[in-house]
Amino acid sequence: MASLLELTPCEGLLPVTAGGVTLAELPPALITSIAPFEAKQAAVARVLKSLGLGWPRPGRMIARGDACCLWSGRGQAMLIGAGAAGLEGIAALSDQGDGWARMRIEGAHSEAVLARLVPVDLSPAAFGKADVARTALGHMMLLIARTGGQAFDLMVFRSMARTAVHELTVAMKAVAARDNAT
Amino acid sequence: MRVASRGLIDRGAPVSFRFDGREHGGFSGDTLASALLAAGVRVMGRSFKYHRPRGVMTAGPEEPNALVTVGRGAAQVPNVRATVQEIHAGLEAFAQNCWPSLGFDLMALNDLFAPFIGAGFYYKTFMWPRAFWERLYEPAIRRAAGLGRLSGLHNQDHYEKAWAFCDVLVVGSGPAGLVAALTAARAGARVILAEEDSRFGGRLLAEDAAVDGLGGPQWVARAIDELKSLGNVRLMARTTVTGAYDGGTFGALERVGQHLAGPPADLPRECFWRIVARRTVLASGAHERQIAFPMNDRPGIMTAGAVRAYLHRWGVAAGRSVSVFCNNDDAHRTARDLAAAGVAVAALVDVRADAAPSGDFPVFAGARVIGTRGRRGLREITVASHRGTERIATDCLAVSGGWNPALHLSCHMNGRPVWREDIAAFVPGPDSVPGLTACGAAAGIFSTAGAFADGERAALAALDALGIGAVPAALPEAEDQPTRIHPYWQVTGVPGRAWLDPANDVTVKDVRLAAQENLASVEHMKRYTTQGMAPDQGKNSSVAALAVLAEATGRGIAETGTTTFRPPYTPVSIAALGAGGQGAGFAPQRLLTSHQASLERGAPMVEAGLWYRPSYFPRPGETTWRAACDREVGMVREKVGVCDVSTLGKIDLQGPDAARFLDFVYTNTLATLKPGRVRYGLMLREDGMVFDDGTTACLAPGHYLMTTTTAAAGPVMRHLEFVHQAHCAGWNVRMVSVTEHWAQFAVAGPLAVALLDSILERPIDDAALPFLGYVPVRAMGVAARLFRISFSGERGYEIAVPARFGAALFRDLVARAENLGGGAYGMEALNVLRIEKGFLTHAEIHGRVTAFDIGMQAMISRQKDCIGKAASQRPGLSGQQREQLVGLRLTGGSFGAGAHLYNAGDDPVAANAQGYVTSVCHSPTLKSHLGLGFVKNGRARHGERLRLADPLRATDVQVELTHPVFFDPEGARARG
Repeated sequence: MASLLELTPCEGLLPVTAGGVTLAELPPALITSIAPFEAKQAAVARVLKSLGLGWPRPGRMIARGDACCLWSGRGQAMLIGAGAAGLEGIAALSDQGDGWARMRIEGAHSEAVLARLVPVDLSPAAFGKADVARTALGHMMLLIARTGGQAFDLMVFRSMARTAVHELTVAMKAVAARDNAT
Repeated sequence: MRVASRGLIDRGAPVSFRFDGREHGGFSGDTLASALLAAGVRVMGRSFKYHRPRGVMTAGPEEPNALVTVGRGAAQVPNVRATVQEIHAGLEAFAQNCWPSLGFDLMALNDLFAPFIGAGFYYKTFMWPRAFWERLYEPAIRRAAGLGRLSGLHNQDHYEKAWAFCDVLVVGSGPAGLVAALTAARAGARVILAEEDSRFGGRLLAEDAAVDGLGGPQWVARAIDELKSLGNVRLMARTTVTGAYDGGTFGALERVGQHLAGPPADLPRECFWRIVARRTVLASGAHERQIAFPMNDRPGIMTAGAVRAYLHRWGVAAGRSVSVFCNNDDAHRTARDLAAAGVAVAALVDVRADAAPSGDFPVFAGARVIGTRGRRGLREITVASHRGTERIATDCLAVSGGWNPALHLSCHMNGRPVWREDIAAFVPGPDSVPGLTACGAAAGIFSTAGAFADGERAALAALDALGIGAVPAALPEAEDQPTRIHPYWQVTGVPGRAWLDPANDVTVKDVRLAAQENLASVEHMKRYTTQGMAPDQGKNSSVAALAVLAEATGRGIAETGTTTFRPPYTPVSIAALGAGGQGAGFAPQRLLTSHQASLERGAPMVEAGLWYRPSYFPRPGETTWRAACDREVGMVREKVGVCDVSTLGKIDLQGPDAARFLDFVYTNTLATLKPGRVRYGLMLREDGMVFDDGTTACLAPGHYLMTTTTAAAGPVMRHLEFVHQAHCAGWNVRMVSVTEHWAQFAVAGPLAVALLDSILERPIDDAALPFLGYVPVRAMGVAARLFRISFSGERGYEIAVPARFGAALFRDLVARAENLGGGAYGMEALNVLRIEKGFLTHAEIHGRVTAFDIGMQAMISRQKDCIGKAASQRPGLSGQQREQLVGLRLTGGSFGAGAHLYNAGDDPVAANAQGYVTSVCHSPTLKSHLGLGFVKNGRARHGERLRLADPLRATDVQVELTHPVFFDPEGARARG
């Protein structure tokens, strides 16, 4: 039997570069939302620790290699790039890997580009490495993490990938144009 | 006229531009106003009502007269202040409110009728006949009055919005703002310095004042260099802070591309900033005000400070022979500076008898200007003093009635300014905007040294509030003249119109008339006379107008008070506020994984919330949507159809208390649902009205998948979170949306099993998967979920795969369906199929219906409580008087949703209404027009014929009331 072709959320849309800022799709990864059951927070944290990660404080992520555990809301985190073995029964686990368009924006002006669309303070002083915010990208729901000095990982709904890429690209070009304006 | 060796313009960089079709020259650094003034252009606009020639009055953003239109066609921007617009090669500006030309304006005839068309003229005159106002009078008056016009075309320019954050926002970069920014930045705070001008420095660029032994501009350059070097300062030139809002948020408009000759294609024209500041220093300076004297609106009559600004900043003499008229010492500098620059000063007229200015020019102390002459520009003034009356030839009169602190931002959150008699000015009230401190001229401290000290004080206060330690630094040395002023608002006792608000042509007489007609409150006066309602929003006129009103009503100025200053401080283009929202930017688009495949099949898209769903899939020869829709319905009823239903909300609920939680949010019992089974559920709001419906599958013990309607996916998720957090926080249940993870396709019709069997690893077994069942399956090597549910009334399944496989699975399913004589179906067919079956959507459960109304009262379990149960049992929410769900049927003809129903023979008027129609379709299956609707006591009236009237569509027919399930009422086809 023929197998089904897999498409990533940003298929055909990325990468885009403007003014030294690059927006690229992150490779597909296993994503599991984790919500510890009552009185199981410590147990969940122990299992995550054994994976080299841990339960993130609100607004934080814990990364190790390609895997990370990212706070994503009240009593909820996203485990990305690692299986959730050992968490069955102590946390609600849901597959989320196909639901999110994951992108990385990187470059000297990435903060300026995001300032066009994201209504939170993303300066290093307020939003350092491994900081996470659940906020908005224009009118879209956004999960954002600073993954480098000038790099941010963005997660938006898969269905909104095209709008997200479009709006980010417009902002990237507008910021680049300021450099070229005299 | 340029003055040699004065000004900060770059004389090595000439710039040519066009104004009203004529070529002019200026220099880099010029504004349109300074370049035109230098070129001897005196008339820059026509007034609003009387179409009088007007020249530039100020040198800043408060300009009331020199408003121009910049650009052509769709890109034209009206009401641009010539004092703000920088010139650049290719700049094309046009005068406004004149016809046929600026020099000869036919509408200037209005001026001859000025004695008749004062305040309230229109209200009093165009009263009769009433219908004429809207159709005739108002359009005619609006054509004659007004300022610039919009092009009427779609604006293709790029605008942008952005956010910025800081510890200390400093508004304005004059002496107070610069010291405030330096103090805050040196202490390590994150600082934003916003300056509406193209250059930082404020009045330090406009005066001939030494600071620390340097010229003002040199000291400013040094300060800016230091701010740049600190690294924690964002310098925002050309950025006007336009509004103060809650939570330390300020709106600010940045002019990004308007001053450039050849802006890069992607450069926005403007950027609207939302600046979030922990503390704010308001150092916005002050605006100079006029004195009202007869015929004080001629081109050449300016503010005294503007005349100095043109001299020092732009090297322009505003006239060949300039006079000064004032009530304060500050304006004397205008005469002194002009004389020092070699410009002739014809007279200095000071209303104060004890004024003793010194200089090489004639001084008239205790004197008044009582008249002027010169139609297209000032030629002569008449001065009355103890020596009698004298006519003095002069082409520019620099007037100063004192300075009004630019305190507008401090009033944006309902703060009221405070009148200070000693400086004859309103100053910001304390704590009028949380976290904001005014300083310098904005706080009524007008000397340069005073502004430096006050800027430092404000910054230290802000730093202290933020817990950032700072030590005061040595302040720069500068002039420290005290404010000497005698309040003087109007020259009285002489004939002639004296303008208060030149922008809207409001005179002293108008304000007095308002008082006389008992519109004596300042807010009433404003609305009656339109004073302060022009683009300058009263920056030039409000204080003087209320002083005149105070005199006319015999009250004090403090008692009279000001009108309310609201955002924006200066005009903000709607395009900037709405940046990003043009066209499809209005809302995000949510696209299905099958989107591309549907487009390739020619499907028009219909918006369902943010989702784009295929409406129908036309085939060759089908010329109407109905043809495609009818075929698709037939396909599902007779063969097999495939429809993308991924938009339905999917909520994953897990935990030992999940079943209990479902019982609490649904009216019916879900707790008894076994793994592998699916049940329909009805959800109420807390007020007892129907909220949403959908199916819930039990995937495993303690693990459920709830589906919601497309429209309510977000609201249901929010509702569940609320119920859990507010009503049963201790329950061990967790929920998360998984809508986006799954691509889900309905496969419906008699051949559904045949189709699915061709892609499943194991064929469907009715025993394992009965109607309302669920099994995990593998389809083409992919782990999938298969539900046996039907929204069409046919044997139906929904297959869900992870979304990365969605596009491929849809194409594959549709191709296989076509081989079986079926195919894809869209929203139109889906709608027909469900109406034939009497299935509900939010057209029926629209927020005002109860479970009783839709015939589902039995679904509210008696065995348990649920959200909304108690409220649904209130009197009036059930019974014969309720409008109840019914079917409507018409053979031969059609009707639309929204039509109303009446008893046969009754007039179709609201009082007789029996109900209304919510959904309609043409049923190819039943060969008739069907509808769902609500009718009073409808369930007891099946078989009755009612009058259906829809005046909007000119429909008036008789329809038959039926059971809402038209087709296969036993449901044998879906279950079989």
